[in-house]
Amino acid sequence: MTTPTTPTTSTTALTSPTRARLARAAGGTRTRALLRDRLALTGGVIAALFVLAALLAPLISPYDPAQADFENALAQPSWSHWLGTDDLGRDQLSRVFHGLRASLQVGLLAVVLAFVVGVPLGLLAGYYGRFADSTVSRITETMLAFPFLVLAVGLAAILGPSLLNATIAIGISQVPAVIRITRAETLRLKNVDFVAAAVANGGGDGTVLFRHILPNAASALTVQATVGIPAAIIGEALLSFLGLGVQPPEPSLGVMLSSAQSFLAAAPWMAVFPGLAIVAATLAFNLLGDGLRDVLDPRGATR
Amino acid sequence: MNHYLLKRLRQSLITLFLVSVVVFAGVRAIPGDPALALAGEERSPEALAAIREQYGLNDSIFEQYWRFVSHAVTGDLGVSARTGLPVDDAIVGALPVTVELALLSLLFAVVVGIGAGVIAAVRRGRPSEWLANGLALLGLSVPNFWLGIVLVLSLAIAVPVFAASGYVPFGVDPVDNLRRMVLPAIVLGSGLAAVVMRQTRAAMLDSLSADYVRTARAKGLSRRQVIGSHALRNSLVTVVTILGLQLGQLISGAVVTEQIFVLPGFGKLTIDAVFTRDYAMLQGVVLCTSAAYILINLLVDVAYSVIDPRIRLGGAPR
Repeated sequence: MTTPTTPTTSTTALTSPTRARLARAAGGTRTRALLRDRLALTGGVIAALFVLAALLAPLISPYDPAQADFENALAQPSWSHWLGTDDLGRDQLSRVFHGLRASLQVGLLAVVLAFVVGVPLGLLAGYYGRFADSTVSRITETMLAFPFLVLAVGLAAILGPSLLNATIAIGISQVPAVIRITRAETLRLKNVDFVAAAVANGGGDGTVLFRHILPNAASALTVQATVGIPAAIIGEALLSFLGLGVQPPEPSLGVMLSSAQSFLAAAPWMAVFPGLAIVAATLAFNLLGDGLRDVLDPRGATR
Repeated sequence: MNHYLLKRLRQSLITLFLVSVVVFAGVRAIPGDPALALAGEERSPEALAAIREQYGLNDSIFEQYWRFVSHAVTGDLGVSARTGLPVDDAIVGALPVTVELALLSLLFAVVVGIGAGVIAAVRRGRPSEWLANGLALLGLSVPNFWLGIVLVLSLAIAVPVFAASGYVPFGVDPVDNLRRMVLPAIVLGSGLAAVVMRQTRAAMLDSLSADYVRTARAKGLSRRQVIGSHALRNSLVTVVTILGLQLGQLISGAVVTEQIFVLPGFGKLTIDAVFTRDYAMLQGVVLCTSAAYILINLLVDVAYSVIDPRIRLGGAPR
């Protein structure tokens, strides 16, 4: 029980004594490091299961998620319908599996979008400073002045409610955080010796930014991504719940919760299981993210 | 102090200006002819021309923007396409509901969050710390709209202690009002309470190990006095900052909470405006929300420059 349970790519190249020392230095007491790793591991396993369930949804679903069966409407959980059925008699388990597809799709795409927009702006602001920095700061503040939901609502009004537009809204809402982190990392790295050396060697701005600064900002950005994915999963459920995301009859955890609201007294399982799925998925990604943060970004691991 | 506040005020005004441009441009980006939308049944070319004239749609985009802003400043936000009533009246009518909801949930978040944070920091390694930490993790991972549904299921349907929906003004029947507002306030405040708890705990742990706390203990103050008046007070700056940063979430959360509990507040106004394509209403609501958000952030900065003199004297915020 003396070695850390989650070796990482960043430390595998080191000799094992160094690794052990690093682990000791980073983890505080060993029991706490171990506990944290276990939590991260559990989170990782559950997250992987959710990803698998989403990928294999058509194969593992016992029923067609869109197939109505009025004879069995609002059926309690049973052996034939593990999570019960909804008001149209559709199998809840199959709908949860398919709903996870929407959740993870939005989770990934929104984070990618936030990075595609936020990273270049953050590099620009951090590297060139002055005018570029204050311009990007104003852009960030303007974006922050629109609370996430107001932004999503505005976009839905302009472009129409759909899963794609919900993804765009969620992605945009995460841009300011990505800008801030990239900017802070760029500011820090700009003054580090190896970057100065690259500049002295005649490296152009592009080379310095993308060959030297960006790869070294990768771990901070990875941590941000692990925070962004669960946030986007909740965002999707929220927007679909309000009718601004996935449109019925397409399955989504948020849509399921929304239709459950009319049958709270008659069929509480309609509300309980999709919600549990969201909580479990979010919790799993958050635990995984916490573990990754401890490993990748020791400066953030003070909690 | 004045220098710092003036700088913040200038920044806020610039942001507000950009927000007004974005809102204005956003509504103009909506596909479709606004004159057609305003015309309703009457769609003859003459009627459309008259409407364009009446609403100034033939003017240049700058003139239109200037009119929008100058009217907005005087509180005139146009007329709702759905109800035919002034937008500002609808907003003023919805405001008390949302403000009460926000204040109650802030109260919940601050009392529960700071209380649990102090307990978790002071009683390290005891069951009460684990309980507080576990609740905080749960508060962060449970989406508030689901928490709302679960609370309605358990405390309004299974055991009908609270009402599940509807609004009664506080002035009309305070008891009934609170009976209907407690669950929404908990739902909206829970995420915030979790964040406040984590920050309070971290800040308390920092201050408890600081020299001045040891000095205070050494000069004979009781543990309770030290925790209350030294450690906690110095932790409050962080907590106020976090509250400010989380207000956007509170505003977003209010929209959902009002939707779940059928409260006729700002959020319901917003969602209804989207689904009925009531653009004047949407424009007004988004502008007000964002302006309120900018104002609150400014007030938060002012508040913590008052709490912590280092911020206004040192120039740069931490």
